[in-house]
This record gives sequence, structure tokens and C-alpha cells, in this order.
Amino acid sequence: MTASARIAPPSGLLHEPGAPARAGHDPAGVALNRHRAYPLPALGSALFLAALFAVAAAPGLFTAHDPLVGDVLEGLKAPDWAHPFGTDRLGRDVLARTLYGARYSLLIGLGGMTVSVLAGVFLGILAGQRNRFLDEVTSRLFDVLSSFPGVLLAMLVVTFLGQGMLNIALAVGIAGIPKFGRIVRAQTQLVRDADYVTQAAIYGLGRRQIFLRHVLPNVLVAVPVIATVYIGSTILTVSGLSFLGLGPQPPIPEWGVMLAESRDVLRVAWWPAVFPGAAITLTVIAFSTVGVFLQKRFEGRIA
Amino acid sequence: MRDAAEASATGALPPLVDIRNLSIGFGGPPIVQGVDLVVRAGECVALVGESGSGKSLTARSLLNLAGAGATVEAHRFHLQGRDAKAFGAADWRRLRGTVTGLVMQDALVSLDPLRTIGQEVAEVLSEHRLLAGRKAIGARVLDVLARVGIPDPEHRARQYAHQLSGGLRQRALIASAIAGEPDLIIADEPTTSLDVTVQAQVLQVLAGRVRAGAGLLLISHDLAVVAGIADWVLVMRHGRVVDSGPTAEVLTRPRHPYTKGLIAAIPSSASRGRRLTGAAQAIRGDGGNPASAPSQDIVLEVRGIAKHYAGAAGYGRPAFATKALDDVSFVVKAGEVVGLVGESGSGKSTCAKIILGLLAPDHGDVRLLGQPWSGIPETQRRGLRPRLQYVPQDALSSFDPRYRVSDIIGENLAGHARADRAARVVELLEQVGLAADIAARNPSSLSGGQRQRVSIARALAAEPALIVCDEPVSALDIGIQAQVLDLLADLRARLGTALLFISHDLGVIQHLADRVLVFHHGKLVEQGPLGEILTHPTDAYTRALLASQPRLELGQAFA
Repeated sequence: MTASARIAPPSGLLHEPGAPARAGHDPAGVALNRHRAYPLPALGSALFLAALFAVAAAPGLFTAHDPLVGDVLEGLKAPDWAHPFGTDRLGRDVLARTLYGARYSLLIGLGGMTVSVLAGVFLGILAGQRNRFLDEVTSRLFDVLSSFPGVLLAMLVVTFLGQGMLNIALAVGIAGIPKFGRIVRAQTQLVRDADYVTQAAIYGLGRRQIFLRHVLPNVLVAVPVIATVYIGSTILTVSGLSFLGLGPQPPIPEWGVMLAESRDVLRVAWWPAVFPGAAITLTVIAFSTVGVFLQKRFEGRIA
Repeated sequence: MRDAAEASATGALPPLVDIRNLSIGFGGPPIVQGVDLVVRAGECVALVGESGSGKSLTARSLLNLAGAGATVEAHRFHLQGRDAKAFGAADWRRLRGTVTGLVMQDALVSLDPLRTIGQEVAEVLSEHRLLAGRKAIGARVLDVLARVGIPDPEHRARQYAHQLSGGLRQRALIASAIAGEPDLIIADEPTTSLDVTVQAQVLQVLAGRVRAGAGLLLISHDLAVVAGIADWVLVMRHGRVVDSGPTAEVLTRPRHPYTKGLIAAIPSSASRGRRLTGAAQAIRGDGGNPASAPSQDIVLEVRGIAKHYAGAAGYGRPAFATKALDDVSFVVKAGEVVGLVGESGSGKSTCAKIILGLLAPDHGDVRLLGQPWSGIPETQRRGLRPRLQYVPQDALSSFDPRYRVSDIIGENLAGHARADRAARVVELLEQVGLAADIAARNPSSLSGGQRQRVSIARALAAEPALIVCDEPVSALDIGIQAQVLDLLADLRARLGTALLFISHDLGVIQHLADRVLVFHHGKLVEQGPLGEILTHPTDAYTRALLASQPRLELGQAFA
């Protein structure tokens, strides 16, 4: 027994103890942990993400300005009441552009992640089987993919497939495959050798039944959590590629595109760069914070 | 509280430990309360209790290691006659290693993986400047390692913890605890993870230190271990001392009902046919004699099975071949309980895996209910699978983490219509003494005993002819262990299911088994009816096993 861990009331010796440690019946120590279960950063991040999704769904509700049309005479105005984030070189409202941009960043980020998850889960499960050949082939594929820097690989894909939102999502998605694949492979191996899988064999279940009923679901529980942590960095990569001109093209108010456009005027106006930059930063942080929180929350339940 | 000891000490030396009314809490209600503890030189005091009783916490507070956020209060807290309440961090540090040594349960995590055990022991000596000079320290390290019974200390001192066996590792940990010749040794379940023969050796080392004048505070859940070595016993429950006194008195004339229950719950050959929990009531079933007449039908036949593990040569390691199992043959008859004893590494688990059809034997074959079982494709085995079930040691990890109790048991009810399953699950839960509302619970919210019951209910669901139980009670507290053993005896008397019961604990085997198989180094060294093996063991290893078994009767003392 460890000194501090066993705070739950000790069970009676000769009477079957009731269930130990159920919420609400716990002594102070456990109850305290319950309060800490929703830390402020995770809560704040979740609220931010909720707002972000709302903005992405209906940006028009949050601003009256048009993100694509501006008055050139009003160009590069510092933030004031009319334009809280100021205006860019062409006089477009930076706030409106940032809000409308959420849609593109989220969409491409989610799309890229979906590609990574689908391909990564499939290949990872394949690699995690008790088949040396499959494992070698898929693992080496992961090695090859991850030996290129993510951005470089994505650039390569875009060069082949051409620019555009779908292609950039695909590019980022492919770059993210090894990350998911390796985690899913490890998870599959863990579940494959778990006692409950052995137990299922003792029931007399067939291999396919065991896989569908016990292995697959327990591998998949880990995926949403990893995906949440990962989506932040996907969005960052997308913005990077857009900044380099490989993604959506101007005048689309994608955040990376906005950063690229603001580069020329950075000496005289900070606001066209700072606000979309802050949006990227906050989004990445929020996804990571929520993801890490989920990870801690589900620790132990996974595998 | 301890008038006799008080008088015998005649005030020559203050006790090593003199604590009155100790209470320890973590902000909430105190976890340990009103504990009085006195340990004198040349004496062993044992703290006994189940997990969560506060015994480890009490012991750790003697080193100021109760944990972050702990509040330790006492009317009197004297160590070696000095008031420890006034100690600063430097005082405590000096105390640890010189005055006190701590031996913990798991030597592998207690020893630094990056240092040899020689360095580990030397650190105690140099850290506290007990000895100066590399040569003097080196000589002392070898001396200490030899003293705790580590063979070939020069060689072993250069090895790392992971290269040693569990017994050697535990002895190395004891060596580092006693290197500074501390006056007080605190041993927290020092032998719990060890095989009985190794346990006996480790206890001997500790007893040797006590004879040499050290005080020993021994923490254990096992009354039988304590019986052989302790002079004084404190029984703890829910953070309080419920019973205390000289060992012989507490064990033979327990005053507190809790202590009585603890003692009655110890399985042994004397407890056969009797319930371990509650009064001396016979096992439910026919006529209260569970050993009555197993039939002659053979359920399982194991013929000359062998398994070798081969490893290719690696860095600094030659190719090897280990005989995990070597020419093992036995049968299990219907309704019979066959006990399988052996130390870790003796081939018990390999044997169980082959019987369960999870591993193919290299030689020999297994027949289940007269039909071929090993060496056939899994698809052909499937029809017979329900007849052979399994109760593993760790019930929780054998449950799919997403499943509720009803799903777990229901999954093994393949023959039943979906609609009948719920009713059958409740029936099975009742059979193992659990309420119907457990069905909707997640196993992680159940206690260890409840989990093991669910695991047994799951095995019964398939209506098996034979259940292989692999150490089903070894991770449980003695009280819970007693309940589970009673349950198994009940079920066996009522349902006539044969059990192949694998255990390292001879007491459990003696309590339950009709016949015994003794495994040693992959060989079945002895088999026969329980009584015969106990009274006339023919094999040298069986004799050693019987001799090292700790007993409650004070016949076997380590002093």
C-alpha cells in the first residue's frame, strides 16, 4: 500500500465491503480532486473553441463588414471604434477578415486531420497485427513519411496536385499520417496482448469477433483525444503553407494568407499581422489545452 | 500501555521509538489515529493490517516520509530518546540511513536502475560519512552483501538491479538499508512479492540483525510471517490499533474480534472443510465434506507436455534455450480440486497457457473430456471452449474496459437467447454472492473481492467442467481472500466443477486442494493426494517448500 494513495475508507475484513470510492461518498481527499477536474485553462479553451466554431458557422452574425470588399481610401487605418482591428492595405476590415478566416482554417485543419486519422488508424491497426511483414512495411512507410519535415512534405504534395483548399488539406493530412499511425500501432499492440483479449479467446470467440468487439473499440477510444491535441498543429501547418502561397489564394481571408499580405506593410501597420497571428496562436493553444485535458481525463481508461 | 516492556527495560536505554497518540491526516479526517508505538533495541515489533489500515503510513512517519501535505501529530514523538518534533530537515536526513534503514516491498523500483547494487550500498556509507576511503567502503559493501546472503558478492556488486532475481534484489535492498548498521530497521512488506523459500531467507537476514541488537519494525499483512519473527504485534484497522500485545498472546488468545477473524481467515491444512469467514461453519453443500468422492471421470489429461523457449544471441548474451516445461503429465478428474504449487519461473503459467489452448506444447498432448485439445486448429477447439474456463489473477485487466458487469458475464452466455441473458446474469451474480444491481456497474468501481467474484461468475456462465484458477486470491487482502476461497469451496461442493488451482501459497492449496502437483524448474517433481504430500514428501524441493512455509503456530522461529 502506498501511504497517500489509499484514502478511500478501508474495506471491512469479514463483511463484503460495499463499493469503495464512489463519487459523493468519498472522504475529503477524493472530493478535492473532483473540484480540480475542470481547471480554468481547459474551461476557457473550450469556451474559446465553442465561440470559434460559432464564428466559422456564421461569421456574418458577428460583423457587419464585408471581408472581401474595402474602401482603398480607408486603407491601413489603426484600430478604432468603427474598425476594432483596423483595416488592411485595401481598406478591408481586419476583424471581419479574421472572423471569416476562421472558417477556412478550421475546415482545412479538420479536413487534414480527418485524412491523417483515417489513413493513420487503418495503417496503424495493420502494423499492430501479429504479422511481421505487414508491420515492417507500414512502419517503414511511417519512417519515410516522417523523415521529411511536415511542411516540406506538404509542399511536395501541393506541387504535384496543385494549389487549392482540398489539396492542401490532403497534403497536411498525409504529413500527419505517421504520427497517428505510430500511436495507433502501439495502442493496437497493447490491446492485442491485453488480458481481456486472451479472455475472449477462452470464451471461444473467433478472431474476427474478437477484433471487432474488443480490439477495435479499445484502439479507437484513444483517437479523438489524440486528434484534438493534433488539430492545433495541423492548423499551424496550414497557415504556414498558406503564408507561403501554397494554400487558398488572395483575396480569401485565410489567416496564413492574411499574414502574407500584411508582410509588406508591417513597418507602418502592425494590426493586419497581429490579429490573424493572434487568432492562429489562440486556436492552436486552445486545441492543445483541451486535448491535453482530455488526455489526462481519460488516462487509465485508454488501453 | 506497555507495562511489561517498560519494566524489563529498567531505564538503561531509551527505546528507539517511543510514540504516543500518533495521528496522521491529509487535511480531512485523520487516516491514522491514536497509535502508540514503542520499539526497543533487539526487538521486533510488527504492524499487521489489511491494505488501507494505515500501517505503512505509520511506519513512514518515523522517517518523516508520510508524504506531501501530511500532518503528523503526536503527544510524544521520541526517536532514540530525542524529541523528533523539533527535528529539522538536516536532522531527518541524518536519521535516515544511520539510525534507521527502510526496506520496501518492491526492490526493483526502490533501487536506482542506473547504479550497480554495490554503488547503491556504498552510497549509504559515503553519503553519511560513515567510512572514508574507497577501499574501506568497498570492503564494507562486500561484507554487507555477504551478510545478507548474496552469493559471490564481488561479482554481484557489479550488477544492476534488473540483472538480479527478485530474491537477490530484495536482499540487496536490505543490504543498503543495513549497511550503515542502523539501530532501527523499518521493513514495509519486505517479503510480500517473494517466493516462500526466498521469503524464509530474507526473514532470516532480518532476524539476524535483530539478534545483533537492532530494532525492527516489520509491516505485514501476513500474520503467519509475523508469527515467526516478531516479539510484539500491533493489529491495525481503519487507522487505529485494535489489538496489541506479545506475539504469542495476540496470536493464540486474540482479544479483539477483528484479530480473531484475521486469524481464522488464514487458510491452512487445519482449515479444510471449514469456512474461513464467520464461525466454524461447514462449507455449504452435501454433508459439509467438500473432499468427498470426486468421480473417476477424467476431465483433463495432460501427457508429457514440454515447452522450450529459445532466444537468439544478442549483445553480450549467448543464444539460449530455456526449458519452461519438461515432460509434465497429470490428470484432473471431474469435481476434483487439484492444486498446482511452485515458485515464480517454475513453469506454472506456461502449463496453464498450454492447458487453456493459448500456447502449443513442443511435445506431448492435452486431452479435454476425452477429446484432443492441443495440436488442433483453434476453430476445432471452439466447440469445447465453454467446458474449460479461466479465472485469472488480475480480474480487472481481464475485463474489457468499456464493459459493464452484465456485458462481461453476458458475453460468456453464448448459448442463451439474448432475452434470457439478463436473468441468467442476475442468477450467476447471486451464485457468487453479489447483488443484482452490480450488473449495471462498471468493474473499475468495484472492490477487489467483488471483481474476483464477477470473474468467477463469468467462468461459471459457460457451465464449465473445469476452471483453471491462476493465483485468483494472491492479490487480495486476507479477509477478502477468505471470502473468495469460501465461495470457490461452496461452488465446487454445489456444482461439482473441477478446479485446477494454481498458487504459490501452500496454505491456500492445503485449504482447498484434494491433490497437489509440485512444480520446480519446469518439472513436475511430485504429485499425489494432499495428505500424502504434506506428511511424506519424497522430493527434496517439496520438503524445502513445506519447511519454509510460515506458520501461525510458533514452531518455526527465525531467531
